[in-house]
Amino acid sequence: MDFIKILKDIETIDPEITDRLNPRRAAIKNITSFGSKVALSSLPFALGTMFKRAYGQTSNTVNDVLNFALTLEYLEADFYTKGNASVVYSTAPAAAQGALTQIAKDENAHVAFLKSVLGTAAVAKPTFNFTNSFPTVFTDYATYLAVAQGLEDTGVRAYKGQAPALLGNKVVLTAALSIHSVEARHASHIRQMRRALSTSGVTNVITPWISLGANGQANDSGVPALDKTFAGEDNKTQGGVDITTLNGAVAGTKISAKAAVECFDEPLTMAAVLDIAKQFIV
Amino acid sequence: MKIFEKDDQELLSEEKGFFSKKLQRRNFLQYAGASAAGIALVAAGCKKDDDFSRGLDLGSGDIGILNYAYALEQLEAAFYTQVALTPYTGISSTESGYLTSIRDHEVAHREFFKAALGNSAIPGLQVDFSSINFTDRTSVLGAAKAFEDLGVSAYNGAGYLIKSADYLTLAGKIVSVEARHAALIRDLISNGTFVGSDIIDANALEITRTPIEVLSIAKKYVVTEINASNLPS
Repeated sequence: MDFIKILKDIETIDPEITDRLNPRRAAIKNITSFGSKVALSSLPFALGTMFKRAYGQTSNTVNDVLNFALTLEYLEADFYTKGNASVVYSTAPAAAQGALTQIAKDENAHVAFLKSVLGTAAVAKPTFNFTNSFPTVFTDYATYLAVAQGLEDTGVRAYKGQAPALLGNKVVLTAALSIHSVEARHASHIRQMRRALSTSGVTNVITPWISLGANGQANDSGVPALDKTFAGEDNKTQGGVDITTLNGAVAGTKISAKAAVECFDEPLTMAAVLDIAKQFIV
Repeated sequence: MKIFEKDDQELLSEEKGFFSKKLQRRNFLQYAGASAAGIALVAAGCKKDDDFSRGLDLGSGDIGILNYAYALEQLEAAFYTQVALTPYTGISSTESGYLTSIRDHEVAHREFFKAALGNSAIPGLQVDFSSINFTDRTSVLGAAKAFEDLGVSAYNGAGYLIKSADYLTLAGKIVSVEARHAALIRDLISNGTFVGSDIIDANALEITRTPIEVLSIAKKYVVTEINASNLPS
């Protein structure tokens, strides 16, 4: 991408572009800081935001979604930062430490990315407390992983729920989807870590995907405190199609209820996500 | 909107003649490949174009994107169906359980798109898995990783092309499941590789691919020529 050429092109349409940009020192500064910090694939995003700022235009909807995402990423990053400094991390197996370090790094990168994009419009980081709701979260490894699973699966549902608000927005929607799938990868791995624990009957049946609970309930985590995170995940009807009426892999069979639940993840509204997150926000 | 609908109708009726011709060829290929457990072997010397402007038309607008997703789900479902039919040597019960579940998910995705697209659905694709050694764990999991990572990048890259909020949500509901599969398969190959610098950038954003990029990678496994030239861009 040739920034200078783009600016010159715009100058032919809007001769005052340079004047518009120059007084906005923050916007210009963002070009350079983006250039050094942001991967090339994200430059269109940076450019779009910078122009919006230069022209004094902001899209409230888009910024609201981005700030909602930032709040969630603050939450996740804070959780792993605290957890990875605690005894649950220092006493965890080496492979688990590696995974938790990677996930913490990704969540912090998401925070930095969203903050860069939002610039001065970024919300401040709230103060979080995890031990109010889960007193042993940073002393008991199983609890740490259970809460981690709750946060990751909530994150997946939260991004999914906001996609329609970004409909057709090549830069922002694509970035949001590209975070969404990373959260799903995290969720998959945390779920595998819980399965590997196998200290109880419940953890044995944890799958990398959201399945039906042991008693057919929407919450498959085995942790009743996470009920809100999985509310509605037992849905079997997609786009008006009851998935269990479709032909299964083996001739003469239909898709099972379990597979129907597993093969589609469900979105959560912003309100539902904030209702889950508020227990951690002081 | 009416105009677009009319265009779609016209495209569809033009298509019908084309489909029936295509079907004759498909039947031939099915016949030719019938011995290989339902998998047609690629006809040697069968020339394919690289610009995806000829062959089976995915269609335009949201229908085109849904058919694009349907094509990818067909590929994945066919792959895991074969894995379940002919498990690799020394497969553990845990891995067998995982791969059977993934097969069921992909078959459900395929059947969902088929049902949702109705008359607009493309026919079944002829696949070519001759490059995969189904008796070998490394070969099978390597292919699974390629399919899953490709699928995620495809959905991520096509999301903005979707005009309907409902369809976008449906794509979102599927892509996160594909990402869960991808992470699992990568962990089965090497624990802890569920995410990494080969698929995420410095901001921890996952890579995306355009339909042409995806089809260029997938064509190794697909005999049927695919025309993506009417997809939105």
